[in-house]
Amino acid sequence: MLSSSLSLPNPSSFLSNPFSLSTTTTTTTNHRLHVFTTDPFFNDSTSPEERIAIPAGLQRELIPKHVAVVMDGNRRWARLRGLMPEAGYLAGAGALKAVVNLCSKWGIQTLTVFAFSSDNWLRPKVEVDFLMKLLETALKDEVAYMLRENIRLSVIGDSSKLPKSLQEFIAYGENATKDNSHMNFVLAINYSGKYDIVQACQSIALEVRDGIVEPEEINEFMIENKLGMNSKRFPHPDLLIRTSGELRLSNFFLWQLAYTELYFTEALWPDFGEEELLHALRAFQNRPRRYGR
Amino acid sequence: MAEERTSGVIGRFLGSLNSRMRRFMFHVMSAGPIPQHIAFIMDGNRRFAKKWKLEEGAGHKAGFLALMSVLKYCYEAGVKYVTVYAFSLDNFNRRPDEVQYVMDLMHEKIEGFLKELNMVNRYGIRVLFIGDLGRLQEPVRAAAERAMEATSKNTSTYLLVCVAYTSSHEIPRAIHEACQARASNGHYHNDGEDEVEDDGMMIKVVDLEKHMYMGVVPDPDILVRSSGETRLSNFLLWQTSNSLLYSPKALWPEMGLRHVVWGIFKYQRNYYYLEKNKKQA
Repeated sequence: MLSSSLSLPNPSSFLSNPFSLSTTTTTTTNHRLHVFTTDPFFNDSTSPEERIAIPAGLQRELIPKHVAVVMDGNRRWARLRGLMPEAGYLAGAGALKAVVNLCSKWGIQTLTVFAFSSDNWLRPKVEVDFLMKLLETALKDEVAYMLRENIRLSVIGDSSKLPKSLQEFIAYGENATKDNSHMNFVLAINYSGKYDIVQACQSIALEVRDGIVEPEEINEFMIENKLGMNSKRFPHPDLLIRTSGELRLSNFFLWQLAYTELYFTEALWPDFGEEELLHALRAFQNRPRRYGR
Repeated sequence: MAEERTSGVIGRFLGSLNSRMRRFMFHVMSAGPIPQHIAFIMDGNRRFAKKWKLEEGAGHKAGFLALMSVLKYCYEAGVKYVTVYAFSLDNFNRRPDEVQYVMDLMHEKIEGFLKELNMVNRYGIRVLFIGDLGRLQEPVRAAAERAMEATSKNTSTYLLVCVAYTSSHEIPRAIHEACQARASNGHYHNDGEDEVEDDGMMIKVVDLEKHMYMGVVPDPDILVRSSGETRLSNFLLWQTSNSLLYSPKALWPEMGLRHVVWGIFKYQRNYYYLEKNKKQA
């Protein structure tokens, strides 16, 4: 309601260093941005391999290989504090940085986060533009961090509808980190589970039309290979965490969630930190996984 | 003799009072939105048998009784479609004697159902068996086909029983059917209209949904998984992307009226929140 009457500052003016390397938070003219979390891990100078330190209460063998996170609740967080939704997104970005650090530290091999769903286009244009700018700036600034931490960036989703500048940053980020191997960081932008299956289906349909494939040969493995998020590149998620108490999947992942353990928490995404992540991992470890047997 | 008669009368009186109170409660609840379609993953039968130190098959039998009660409460509440996950394609990997037991139980229950057709048709329940029915043993498959045939004219309420089902079977099959349908349509459009052929191969979401097993019913409003586990186990992955997920800790044979009521209550609470969200967006 307020966003239409206030003019927003250009995000890049105060995002000059959102994930800055200094431990002091960015001091800008906008006093509301003190919500940034400081980065406690930046000062670590040991190599990535030495830093897999499992916290108490978790067993190394039961750490999930692939964790997917739906970062829900940024706008609600901002609304509860009387802030603009954009402040919520910024705080959410800070929380994401901390979680990426923790996952890297604890040896989680793949982390997927939903930055922007296909349904989010329905949000006010001002917000959508802000999110796109935020993603661009984050990608630009975080490549150096990912190179240092040996993290490989991948982006899934329909990138054709994104602004050209963002597409370029995505290509740059993926290319620069393609040889990294300690951890996979997958960003889902303009992705939805149904879209993934439909585009796989269309690709199969084209092959059928061209006679490369017979309709009788269509099976789950063929679909698996054509998905944007397929098990050749990354294993299916072991654990899906959704914050802010929403008890539904909202088309984030679909095919890939067949045997995924789902974990829902009431915490809003900007409040999701080490304690909440530990809680989720402990809950995951206590679950017996039968895969249908 | 007199005592038995009295207890019979009291029993019937209490039973009818119970049923009247239940109907009144559902009447009150129907002031709010009632979900159109509830899906159940009937998990926990084997754990129930272990918990009460019964032989393993008894858990499945108890599960069947729970299914009957839950169905009754759902239909009384006004739910039109109920889907249950009876047997997954993955369950064929279980011990052969257990698989056989479940198959025999299903056969027995379907035959029993076929004997009560008059009552079923009076209530207007249509039964559909969803899944790769070819994987079932012949007597079970034949009985299932007969049950579907016998109730095909009913339209009041629907019961969809998923046997030999997984989403990773349903979705490729839907794609296969959609491709075949396009291929045969493409033939007709090919008479001198090349542009249409290219367009005709663009398969959309609606085409896929038309060919899904579950295409005959709307998507579930609530997905309930008993026994406290929160995972989908390859059930209705396509259809539940916007369903409310509810996982009561009760094992399936322990599920009853309070879980159905609580599930509907959660749905109603969520419904108003979702409507508010939609207005804000």
